[in-house]
Amino acid sequence: MFTPTLPSPLKGEGKTALERKKLDFCKGLKEMIRINNRSFDFWLLVGTLGLFALVNLLFFLLGKLGLSWEGFGIMIAAGLTLAVYSFLYKDNPAFKVVENLYVGVALGYTVIITWFNALKPDLYDPLLVPIFTGRQAQYLLLVPMFLGIFMILRFTRVLTWLSRWSFAFVVGLGAGITIPNLIHSFILKQLEPSMHPVFYGGETVLASINTLLILLGVTSVLIYFFFSVEHKGPVGVISRIGIWFLMVSFGASFGYTVMGRMSLLIGRVMFLMRDWLGIIQ
Amino acid sequence: MERFLNIDRRIIFAAVALAVIGSLLVDFSLPVPATPPVQKIFDKIESLPPGAHFLLSFDYDPSSKEELQPMALALLHHCFRRGVKVIGMTHNPGGTGLAEQALNSTASIYQRKYKEDYVFLGYKPGGASLVINMGEDIHTAFLKDFYGNDTTTLPALQGVESLRDIDYLVDLAAGVTIETWIAFGKEKYQFEMGAGCTAVIGPEMYPFLDSRQINGLMAGLKGAAEYEVLVERKAQAFEGMRPQSVTHCLVILFVLFGNVAFFVSGSFRTQRRPRR
Repeated sequence: MFTPTLPSPLKGEGKTALERKKLDFCKGLKEMIRINNRSFDFWLLVGTLGLFALVNLLFFLLGKLGLSWEGFGIMIAAGLTLAVYSFLYKDNPAFKVVENLYVGVALGYTVIITWFNALKPDLYDPLLVPIFTGRQAQYLLLVPMFLGIFMILRFTRVLTWLSRWSFAFVVGLGAGITIPNLIHSFILKQLEPSMHPVFYGGETVLASINTLLILLGVTSVLIYFFFSVEHKGPVGVISRIGIWFLMVSFGASFGYTVMGRMSLLIGRVMFLMRDWLGIIQ
Repeated sequence: MERFLNIDRRIIFAAVALAVIGSLLVDFSLPVPATPPVQKIFDKIESLPPGAHFLLSFDYDPSSKEELQPMALALLHHCFRRGVKVIGMTHNPGGTGLAEQALNSTASIYQRKYKEDYVFLGYKPGGASLVINMGEDIHTAFLKDFYGNDTTTLPALQGVESLRDIDYLVDLAAGVTIETWIAFGKEKYQFEMGAGCTAVIGPEMYPFLDSRQINGLMAGLKGAAEYEVLVERKAQAFEGMRPQSVTHCLVILFVLFGNVAFFVSGSFRTQRRPRR
């Protein structure tokens, strides 16, 4: 809501009776607007919820939304989408409810999927079920099982030291696997296009220009981040070119981000207009 | 002019919403030509013989559904139409529902049968470790599929022992999984790979095209729309290009307007004080 700028209440000391009266009036006006704003927001929320319920009821009565799980699902999804977008107006209870609901549902879903896709087939079925049914169990799985349990022990005071074994295993294994692969894939392999011959026949002029641009971009940006030499003279010029390359890259990233965010909005609006309201095909 | 610089942000939101709704209601078409990185993915799948194995990794959850699900659907239409065997999996627990829905709904259109023509391996945690495990033996990485079937008994996986036996892999990612597949899968086990990603991470993926670590790339809804045009099945992504173009024009206008207002109002003089 629009709130007019009012003079901030000052201490009444050293003021004439008229000035004090003016200040009291301003204070009262401010308080009134605040209460009115709150009241307006409350009724706006109630009104929107009522309208949403009415529209859905109408859709169910007209048969636009079937009385089935699918129809009910579309209604819920439309309500949740609108509640999330209501944050664009301002923070409100409907948004808070949906925000918390999302966190809870996502966590619950993850736990269930992890159980049925990972823990049950990889641990429970081959190790724990055979132990209790007298069949041949895969006892080697006890090692990762205990390492996993040790990680959770980090939350206890007495046995927290056991979690270090698990972390040592994870860090050691992770570093061993990751370092050589990342150096090969993201440094050595990425050097290839930078060292590509500008023209070796069979290439288009545009491809050669691309190669030159890559070379210029890599060199100038590297020099820009080279702080051991003062950026003056030729070094300054090249580092300035590096800044331009960086700016172009930030611009491209920002453009793509705008495109991504708009796509998400378009997807939800399409859902509301097609699946819920049925006004587009 | 000063007033325009302090415009209520909700006015901008309303303008964007109106632009999206208006461009969805008004029917007009814009050309969506395929760019070379998208064309290369199409060409690769086109070159696969019927019965070849295609692995599609659905590494996203509902928060990126609007961009990546159209890509998945377009790819699946292409594969099922060509009789390529599809293996689905995900690194993201939130992606299982979307993957299952995409696979089953598309397969039913072309009368493809589960187990024989396509399989869904489901979700497994591990990231890099899982990729390495799949590179050594896909059946120990996934002992059972999403529905609890033993993976060694699935006809669609006949002839696939590890990632080396995969003819083509496409990762649809909303995070770092493309890098994971490249570093721990493609480079180690030498298979052909393409990628699809959200627009936000698109610029970070282009260097992998240059180094030929991926043969093609679809970035954002635009990439999905291009693929829909290539497979001649214009659907959600293609329809989304209309509002996308209109909102982009609106954003450009806002940026121009903001800059003009900034310079005309003289605000830059108060913000760039001379050094003392």
